[in-house]
Amino acid sequence: MEYTVVCKQLSKLYHQGDVTIAALNKVDLQIQKGGFVCLSGPSGSGKTTLLNMIGGLDHPTSGEIHVDGKRVDQMSKADMAEMRLRQLGFVFQAYNLIPVLSAHENVEFVMQLQGMDKKTRADKARAILKEVGLEGMERRRPAELSGGQQQRVAVARAMVSGPSLILADEPTANLDSVTAEMLLQMMRRLNDVHGTTFLISTHDKLVMSYAKRLIGLHDGEIVDDERRN
Amino acid sequence: MDLLLRMAWRNIWRHSRRSVLTLLAIAFGVVLLVFNIGIQQGSYDVMIDNTVRMFAGHIQVQRKGYLDTPRIRTSIPNVSKLAADLRKTTGLETVSARATGFALVSSRSRSYGVIITGVDPKYEPMVSSIPGTVRQGRYLSSPTANEAVVGSSLAKNLKIKIGDELTLLGSGRDGSVAATVIPVVGIFNSGSTDFDRHMVHLPLQTFQELFTMGDHGHAVVILSKNLEQLPDTMAKVKNYLGQDSKLVALDWEQLLPGIKELIELDIAASWFIYITLVVIITFSILNTFLMSVLERTREFGIMMALGAAPFRIGILVMLEAFVMSLLGVGIGLLLGAAINYYFYVYGFSVPGMEEFAKQFNMPDSIRPQMSFFVFSIGPSVVLGATMIAALYPALRIRLLKPVDAMHAV
Repeated sequence: MEYTVVCKQLSKLYHQGDVTIAALNKVDLQIQKGGFVCLSGPSGSGKTTLLNMIGGLDHPTSGEIHVDGKRVDQMSKADMAEMRLRQLGFVFQAYNLIPVLSAHENVEFVMQLQGMDKKTRADKARAILKEVGLEGMERRRPAELSGGQQQRVAVARAMVSGPSLILADEPTANLDSVTAEMLLQMMRRLNDVHGTTFLISTHDKLVMSYAKRLIGLHDGEIVDDERRN
Repeated sequence: MDLLLRMAWRNIWRHSRRSVLTLLAIAFGVVLLVFNIGIQQGSYDVMIDNTVRMFAGHIQVQRKGYLDTPRIRTSIPNVSKLAADLRKTTGLETVSARATGFALVSSRSRSYGVIITGVDPKYEPMVSSIPGTVRQGRYLSSPTANEAVVGSSLAKNLKIKIGDELTLLGSGRDGSVAATVIPVVGIFNSGSTDFDRHMVHLPLQTFQELFTMGDHGHAVVILSKNLEQLPDTMAKVKNYLGQDSKLVALDWEQLLPGIKELIELDIAASWFIYITLVVIITFSILNTFLMSVLERTREFGIMMALGAAPFRIGILVMLEAFVMSLLGVGIGLLLGAAINYYFYVYGFSVPGMEEFAKQFNMPDSIRPQMSFFVFSIGPSVVLGATMIAALYPALRIRLLKPVDAMHAV
């Protein structure tokens, strides 16, 4: 079986004075390629910390992280940035678009960083925005888009360069239920069509209902792992 | 790069009021620098021009060694012919022969040691402003006339007036006694204490006879049209003299080293003020960019999460600084150039200056220098300083950790 993410004995400890807090405690995790996986759990359970570790945004205290077979936890800052650029897509809670860029330019941004030529960038950005239902809104700046539309742009931006893994941290947290459902339907469709692996942290039951696999976290440990068909 | 440039431009205008104030600060600084440096350079031009026009000229042809040790025997043969030849060579009428000696000059009651200068009355007014400052009587009338013009302080010290006779006693070129009695036909007031106290002008041939010079003199003075044409004139003179000549062509910097030193001293003093101004502008832009970077920490965190290396975000910040500085410098340069051009056309003077200038045969106003140096030095320094100021916030980005940055408020 092919795995996009493999975590072995992953721990992240924070020190507050004399007290040591384990945000993640010896987590073992394998995520299959093409999965649509939800990390659920209450605040402080370690969802975001795990997501940040896998995404190379933070370093673990101990343990190993492998993404597409590459060891992330031993990478340099520059290599991590390169991995995020080439292999990962991120969707955050909200306000994660660059405010001075239009929807089209926000999507183009990652491709520009990748050094893609202008025409390819423009074509791909147009196509993905159409796919997420934002045709005709390409020139709008984030401030001119609703929360749901902004999250669609964020998903389009995460998807456009064809990453193997998309990490979404509470993507529906600031959306109403109707908009959240539309976003989830779109993400699930992209997962089905493109085979991109999604790893989503949430405590939203609606998001969990879309998951192919639901992993429960509590106090930095995996307490539940439910696979659905 | 195009997307980065667009981002930089739009980021500048995210806080338009702050950006406009920063732009104005840069522009104001550049205007001040361009105007002040223009006026300063212009005043140096006036200072050099007034000084060289007073007596020394832009170029002097002398015998080698005369400048360091001005002996009467270190002379130029056939000096009037040399002057005539140099007029043809340079195409300038402003070329005059001179001879110089030292003598004891006495009136009925007093005696003083003076510098006697033999001049060609036709050409001397073209190379020197001294003939134009004769306040009493007139200037010399012919090369052979037996007459003298003296400085005002000397006349006062000797207690003489127009028509009075002076007794000159010196040593001729051949070692003989040079002595004569000569009437004073004019008294000049050049404004220079040295000249007014120690200088006596005689017609060149009268001088040559008195000091048994034959056809010898000590210098041919050349006044170029302006400082810009000086190198061209100098090249012609040097070409005429040839490499084996016993003669040497000296420019004003060699003739009047004190002026150059004075200018250099003034420049050094004024640079302190300019540097202070540039530092103030630099802190203004540093403040703007530091604020801009701090308030966008979360945004930078997101960009880093997307895979943008801190170096690239640093480039964005530097690009913003460059665009803003360029804009400010551009506006400042345009305004500064317009102001300088206005004063270049109409002149810049302070109350009382016209009266003073007229008295000493000097221009009544200063015109800013319109040169590449004036328009480039200030703006370049401001541009460079603002880029250095932007380095700090740009480098700070390297210290950001994506996770922490994304949680910044």
